[in-house]
Amino acid sequence: MLKIKDLYASVEGMEILKGINLEVKPGEVHAIMGPNGSGKSTLANVLAGKEDYEVTNGEVIFEGEDLLEKSPEERAKDGIFLSFQYPVEIPGVPMVNFLKTSVNEHRKHKGLKELTAGEFLKLMREKMDLVDMHTKLTNRMVNEGFSGGEKKKNEIFQMALLEPKLAILDETDSGLDIDALKTVANGVNALKSPERSTIVVTHYQRLLDYIVPDYVHILYQGKIVKTAGKELALQLEEKGYDWIKSENGN
Amino acid sequence: MSVLVDKADLSLKYTAHYNEVKDELFANSSDILNAQRNKAFQNFVLQGIPTRRNENYKYTNLNPAFMPDFKFIHTKEEKKADLGEVFRCDVPQLNTNLALVFNGWFYKNETEKGDLPEGVILDSLDSISKERPELLEKYASLANVEEDPMVALNTAFAKDGFFLYVPKNVVVESPIQIINLLQDKKDTFSTQRNFILVEDGAKVQVLLCDHTLNLNQYLNNSVTEIFAGNNAEIEFYTLQNQHNKATNINSVFIDQQRDSRVTSHTASLHGGLIRNNLQFALNGENAEAHMFGMAFMDKKQHVDNFTQVIHAAPHCESNQIYKNVLDEKSTGAFSGRIHVVRDAQKTNAFQRNNNLLLTDEATMQTKPQLIIDADDVKCSHGATVGQIDEEALFYLRARGINEDQARLMMMNAFAHEVVKEIKLEPLRDRIDELVNKRLKGEVARCHDCAYQCDC
Repeated sequence: MLKIKDLYASVEGMEILKGINLEVKPGEVHAIMGPNGSGKSTLANVLAGKEDYEVTNGEVIFEGEDLLEKSPEERAKDGIFLSFQYPVEIPGVPMVNFLKTSVNEHRKHKGLKELTAGEFLKLMREKMDLVDMHTKLTNRMVNEGFSGGEKKKNEIFQMALLEPKLAILDETDSGLDIDALKTVANGVNALKSPERSTIVVTHYQRLLDYIVPDYVHILYQGKIVKTAGKELALQLEEKGYDWIKSENGN
Repeated sequence: MSVLVDKADLSLKYTAHYNEVKDELFANSSDILNAQRNKAFQNFVLQGIPTRRNENYKYTNLNPAFMPDFKFIHTKEEKKADLGEVFRCDVPQLNTNLALVFNGWFYKNETEKGDLPEGVILDSLDSISKERPELLEKYASLANVEEDPMVALNTAFAKDGFFLYVPKNVVVESPIQIINLLQDKKDTFSTQRNFILVEDGAKVQVLLCDHTLNLNQYLNNSVTEIFAGNNAEIEFYTLQNQHNKATNINSVFIDQQRDSRVTSHTASLHGGLIRNNLQFALNGENAEAHMFGMAFMDKKQHVDNFTQVIHAAPHCESNQIYKNVLDEKSTGAFSGRIHVVRDAQKTNAFQRNNNLLLTDEATMQTKPQLIIDADDVKCSHGATVGQIDEEALFYLRARGINEDQARLMMMNAFAHEVVKEIKLEPLRDRIDELVNKRLKGEVARCHDCAYQCDC
């Protein structure tokens, strides 16, 4: 599904990713862990198409096509979903308008008929239960006045509406208390399918108690320095990132 | 020829014109209007055509707008347009009492009788000033000819416009809509003088739509004086939708008495040069003034909103939100003066101006000005000039919304804060639609207007 080959990327002239190689197959859950500043969020943003990042080398193939050629909206419609670490508040844009436009853009791309307002509201109500989303939130402007936990729930709610092929969860656990974490993780798990893959970007192991990965990769100084099964996350929790740092000569 | 000579020529040209048409101006006009003319014209000559040297016109030079050899219409002409058709140019689902001002002259809606309550008068200023002079006692008392040359010139040339009177405690349920049309075969200078008198406890909504019906050069200079009595309530909407060769100078003066509430909305959708002078005088306790403005400019269009609020009585509130979206090489200006006079204690005055520049070439000048001579007041002002939030744009795009549409959503969102303040729901929907079309780059015209003009 996704193949990343020798990917280098920089922001404002500073090289952050220094040769990433990663393959994600359908249905797999990959965790990417690493200390602060290792390049985790950069990788997530590069995959989603954020223009602040410049890819200087390498390639990314998604479903057999060159991903890096495409605009953020094309990538989204092809099935890549980024759950933002810091979802943006957009005053003046109502949630419902935003979600309906987004869902219909996806439908058009797939050659499906656009949903009417009534059909959309029905779909929305179905998906709201999944992450315990309240109408008091969907009646607001995009993320406006949402708490940290509500913003993250809203991300997973959007994921449920858009049903992506590949979900990239960027630090979805940050700023969540344990109840919110469970709700969000339950949402993600409910969306699991043999076709849908997930990349979980996280600093801590605790999210992985709920979203169990098939592979854990450790990103350090812009490179994947270790890959193993879910036990690697536990090992990391026990030994701390200093273990990785010392193994890599720091 | 040097610019200086041009300017001198222009002033001389207008003086020569005034002397030449003086008889025509005074002829068939009421004493009330005539009494002001000479003094007003002298004041125009003293102040001259506004240029950047005039502090109040620092960001708008009107000299070029005066250059063309204009036709003046100092005597009412036979109506040329089929006004019955024009009256169809309405807002859907908005049941209004319609009237027309054509090249500055008032025409009654003969085709349809509105449902104005008894005692309410919607008529021509010219005829009311002759027939009911007692209703125009306060004529020219708000619009000061010594302070603004355009007001002076308007007062010198004033022959007609609309007159609205709402007697004590009368509530006008359906909004009153005035359509201002400019259309002539020649480049035309139009003068319009309006007068609104809303007595104690009365309530009315007025919608003014400014349109041009062909591509000639126009200079429209209008002055409106509005009097709100004790506990009166007025909503005043101005929709400006002209073309790139139209200059629209629109001065509105409002006197508010005790417990009155007046809201002004100005939506500038199209126009070559638009200057809105808006002056509120809060002369009675507990008066409330709300001023909202939005402008969407592109090409080399220019919009200048110049507001003044005079808090002359205690316990009053004023609130201003002005927003501009400037594209291409358009320019904008906002100057907002709040003056709290001595003893106007417990004043609440709030002002904000936000601007969105879509290109590097668009420019905005913003100038808040607070003059506070009382010591127990709350005043605040804020201004921002910025671009579209790139983080928010990326968020929308990452959800599959293409860049153009995402930008449009953001621009609509920016304007929405002002649009949502429109209390007349059908009008709010209509303006929402016009704003959306305007932002999409489609010409935002009243598509159901019979004219479908190419301007």
